[in-house]
Amino acid sequence: MRLPKLLRHAWTVASKDLLVEFRSRTAILSVAVFVVLVFVVFQFGHDPTAVSNVDLAPSILWVTFTFAAILAMNRAFQLELENQALDGLLLAPIERSSIYLGKLIANLVFVATIEVISVPLFSLFFNVPVLPYLLPLIALIALATVGFVAVGTLFSAMTVRTRFAELLLPVLLLPFMILPQWWAVVATGQLFASRPLSEILGWLNMLAVYDIVFVTLALLLFPATVNE
Amino acid sequence: MLLAEGLRHGFGAVRALDDVSFGLQPGQTLAVFGPNGAGKTTLLKVLAGLIRPQRGRAQVDGGRRAIGWIGHQPQLYGQLTVRENLRFWASLYDVPESEFLLRKDSLLVRLGLQDHEHRRVSELSRGLVQRAAIARALIHDPRVLLLDEPFTGLDRMAAEELRELLSEDAAEGRASVLVTHNVDEGAELATHIAFMRAGRFAHFAPRAGRGPQQVSEDYRNAIA
Repeated sequence: MRLPKLLRHAWTVASKDLLVEFRSRTAILSVAVFVVLVFVVFQFGHDPTAVSNVDLAPSILWVTFTFAAILAMNRAFQLELENQALDGLLLAPIERSSIYLGKLIANLVFVATIEVISVPLFSLFFNVPVLPYLLPLIALIALATVGFVAVGTLFSAMTVRTRFAELLLPVLLLPFMILPQWWAVVATGQLFASRPLSEILGWLNMLAVYDIVFVTLALLLFPATVNE
Repeated sequence: MLLAEGLRHGFGAVRALDDVSFGLQPGQTLAVFGPNGAGKTTLLKVLAGLIRPQRGRAQVDGGRRAIGWIGHQPQLYGQLTVRENLRFWASLYDVPESEFLLRKDSLLVRLGLQDHEHRRVSELSRGLVQRAAIARALIHDPRVLLLDEPFTGLDRMAAEELRELLSEDAAEGRASVLVTHNVDEGAELATHIAFMRAGRFAHFAPRAGRGPQQVSEDYRNAIA
């Protein structure tokens, strides 16, 4: 009985966040501009005869995803500070973890939207064909994204009431992103180099374990982070 | 219905609540007056369960589900319409759809918001936002209402309407705790009066027919 209720409340929170973002479009537009800017800078700022696009592309892709996601996650709980809605959420008779889960779902949808926009642009800018590896690339992006968004959503809740929330979030989050980003960059490089899928499977498994560990930890720790 | 026993809470060296105890029955309204920093909002947050007291206990029959909160911040989302906000909060309180529609319509009429149902909260005036905040607090039909400076930003007519609404609710059995630094506001609503200073109740007693002017005098004597 508790699980469906938790999921229902989580979806209520997530759909509200998505509706608010859909109405304002401030975060998605600023992140989309950021993504294009990064691609332009990298495209025209490096010498393709020194480092080939295919060698450089995985790092560029994941650096872009990382900073775009941080921009997005910064706003996740900022939204609740408007008119002290966070107090209303904490007062509501719902599991605190459903608030976290709702924020996580909304952030995942948000970051996934950015990724859906970014991948074709990335392919266009760097002349890297992604269609032959689309399915494993989607799996890779999905697994890496769940991990760092799960941690980022937790830290976003922890830092939202601090004075330097926008500075603190990346400072706290980036160390936790090193492992999944490293695995994702290596696996993406192997994909673009047309290496057999069996080589990439190990990285996907590690990303899946990271996701399970950190989503579980974040669900357990979240109630303590929002208590006054 | 609402019980506070020996509540104590501090923030660092500052004692925000110091041995506060009282009880309220259905239909009773406690008005807590005190200067800024007296601990009034902390008291409400402890009663609501938003802050766990360092000592003592606060108990509301029915738990968090039975509590409605009206503060000086409306706890509404500016990008959503009044209706969307109400639906969101009703969903979190598991209000069934049919009940939601009935309560929403009734509250919007009572609060004069029926023409603003589909307007975004960010487009409303301060007074209308506060009315929408009241509708939000009542959408799940709470048995206990906690009010933190609810008259802030309301014009005289809106403040009068809020007083009427609270009186009607009290007559229907809702218990309320109202905190404000302004003695002229809310004294008429109260069945019990408390004056708060430095986290303590300097005075707590039934209002016993005293008017706002007498309450104001009592307040000056107690707090001075």
